[in-house]
Amino acid sequence: MRFELTYTQITVYALIITIFFDMFVTRNSLLSTLRFWISYSIILPFQLVTNWWLTSREIVTYNPDSIMGLRIAGAPFEDLIFGFAMILAVMSAWEKLLKIKTPK
Amino acid sequence: MSQGLALENWSYLAMLLFVVAGSWWLEFAFKIKVLRRPRLALTAIVPVSIFFLIWDAFAINQNHWDFDDNQMLGIYGPFSIPLEEYLFFFIIPLAALLTLEGVKSLLQKVKR
Repeated sequence: MRFELTYTQITVYALIITIFFDMFVTRNSLLSTLRFWISYSIILPFQLVTNWWLTSREIVTYNPDSIMGLRIAGAPFEDLIFGFAMILAVMSAWEKLLKIKTPK
Repeated sequence: MSQGLALENWSYLAMLLFVVAGSWWLEFAFKIKVLRRPRLALTAIVPVSIFFLIWDAFAINQNHWDFDDNQMLGIYGPFSIPLEEYLFFFIIPLAALLTLEGVKSLLQKVKR
């Protein structure tokens, strides 16, 4: 059996699940905080540099059939969504743990 | 076929070391406690990373992306995921947490 799911489609699902996780599971709503967006604006340039390294040297290559084709700093646009979702999920889980540890 | 590793084989790992070099010192520069609370950090990272590793395994299986063996160490873990990828899903989230805590520490200083 073969699942017909492209990288593009999975990133959309991952983004939706992560935002749901942040809003309703950990209830942090990090997306409405200054600290998240400042952190992300620091992380993003680093992601662009590391993406460029991995793709320009062809350390990682992408199947053209699984991506929409828009590339930023050498890497598929999908990679930025992938990174955004992963970072949001980890930060949200972390802040939830901090809240549990030090209840107000 | 083991002819030792060429410099090229470290290409992916070099990028991970770059991220480690760029992030670990935040712990001490901003007096934050991420690395010094390893259990808490791992509790946040591991469940999330498992989901992304499942994604990675699926993407490798479906040929969404592929790795150049000449630029990797050639060590593979479960589900044909290269060692560098396993490290990626530990090092990048950790760097993100260090960044977040660093920013929070800065914002608190600005508030005062």
